[in-house]
Amino acid sequence: MGEASGFASQGGPRRTPRLTLSIPQEVRLAIHSDGWVCFLCLSSTGRSVCTFVEGMGLLFHIGRYFAFMASALRRPQKGRVFFQAMMVELEAIGVQSLGIVALLSLFMGAVIAIQTAHQVGGWVPAYTIGFTVRQTMILEFAPTIIPVILSGKVGSNIASQIGTMQVTEQIDALEVMGVRSISHLVLPKLVAALLIFPFLVVIAMVLGMGAGAWICNAADLSSFADYEYGIQMDFRAFDVAYALIKTCIFSLIITSVSAYHGYYTNGGAREVGRSSTKAVVYSVVIIMIANLVITQLLLT
Amino acid sequence: MIRVDGVVKTFGDKTVLHGIDAAFDPGQVNFIIGRSGSGKSVLTKCIVGLIEADEGAVWYSEEDFTAMTRKEQEQVRLQIGMLFQGGALFDSLTVLENVEFPLRMFGSMDAAERRERAMECLRRVELEGAEHRFPAEVSGGMQKRVALARAIVGRPKYLFCDEPNSGLDPQTAIVIDNLIRELTQEYATTTVVISHDMNSVIEIGDNIHFLHEGQVAWRGDRKGILSSGVEELDNFVYASDLMRDIRKKLRGK
Repeated sequence: MGEASGFASQGGPRRTPRLTLSIPQEVRLAIHSDGWVCFLCLSSTGRSVCTFVEGMGLLFHIGRYFAFMASALRRPQKGRVFFQAMMVELEAIGVQSLGIVALLSLFMGAVIAIQTAHQVGGWVPAYTIGFTVRQTMILEFAPTIIPVILSGKVGSNIASQIGTMQVTEQIDALEVMGVRSISHLVLPKLVAALLIFPFLVVIAMVLGMGAGAWICNAADLSSFADYEYGIQMDFRAFDVAYALIKTCIFSLIITSVSAYHGYYTNGGAREVGRSSTKAVVYSVVIIMIANLVITQLLLT
Repeated sequence: MIRVDGVVKTFGDKTVLHGIDAAFDPGQVNFIIGRSGSGKSVLTKCIVGLIEADEGAVWYSEEDFTAMTRKEQEQVRLQIGMLFQGGALFDSLTVLENVEFPLRMFGSMDAAERRERAMECLRRVELEGAEHRFPAEVSGGMQKRVALARAIVGRPKYLFCDEPNSGLDPQTAIVIDNLIRELTQEYATTTVVISHDMNSVIEIGDNIHFLHEGQVAWRGDRKGILSSGVEELDNFVYASDLMRDIRKKLRGK
């Protein structure tokens, strides 16, 4: 049983179920407090082995995540304190991300223009460059790649901040005072991200298209008139709406998943680092899945 | 008054608290002492509701805290001040903002009144002049004092101090001990101190509970602790050469 408990921990090594076992003499089912369900098999040789129903671990996290969100979305205990915290988060999440967003958008816009010119130059009209830059920036780069990059910056920051508060008992201190710690810490971040991410994404779109225009002119890839025509050609406002819907959903994913991982940190500095990494990895994976689902729902 | 009735807490297959019964009186410094791993911190967390007990009840002034809804518990917690072992100060706030925080969250005072109350508490812990520094910019002893000021700013009925002297030099430890005793007597607070520090216990302990392997092995006052006759407690009290020398001198008399 000791071996089974060791493997059942979330961070423990995973083993491929051994299919070559002889029929076990005894099979026990152990449900662990962290949600893992473990089948303990005592083989005919007396050696215990363990396989997992890994889905149960995932279900546990999904359940706890939604309970966490229900707590996070409760009405703030003090409106003024919430507003002040939200303003701080707007600065931390939005203003402090402006530089990296601008830099990446400028370079990506220019690179997309050069690549398009390189691939289609000579056999399709020059305005295709402007059209391609616009579509790429609006549909995918600004609303998806920018949040993915921000999940690294903002997400890890949120997870490590809340994780540090957890391991240094600051969250316990809030709870003892009667403060609903989840709502107090997470709601300002959720609202701030929801408000500021669309602005960042719109800025990224504009800068990317501007950089494309500049490189076309500077590198003589197409005339400005062609580029401008391409930018305006067959424009659908719904594409921008689609991008902003995606952005809002991704902003909630980044802040909530990162806050979740930070809040349930146990241990010390090493675990805070692990939570921070997990926050980024899970945010990116969920963003990718959500991107597919939203795109399928809205564009087909 | 706080009363603990038959509190049991188990983690996995390890039972940490085996049916603890205890009573903590107002206006007295109540100590919970014991070796590391004896269950002191778990008991305290059960009392303040940070950990849910598996069995038993915790009573605050004849009200069953364990049977309350979350909202009712929040109301009781407004009357609790707690000094955490590491201070647990909010590092993004200054010393003054840390002390003001409970008043900002729950008080009805305006900014000037809040500041005046917070400054009064900072003066009490001899930290006037440090109000605009951040926790990372002050020493460990000062952090403890800021945390104590934050714990008392709301004039709590119940004050919990988790290892208030750990990591402090003897002089600062005495300052903290004296503060805890003065505040307890002045506001008739029900104070519960979790400690290993025998100096503190003998200096300010009015009502002492000794925990051994998750059970209350002895309870009494600071006079009785030196001659309890309980082997585990004697081993704890007379663990150091200094204390053994004191025992020899006492017996010599």
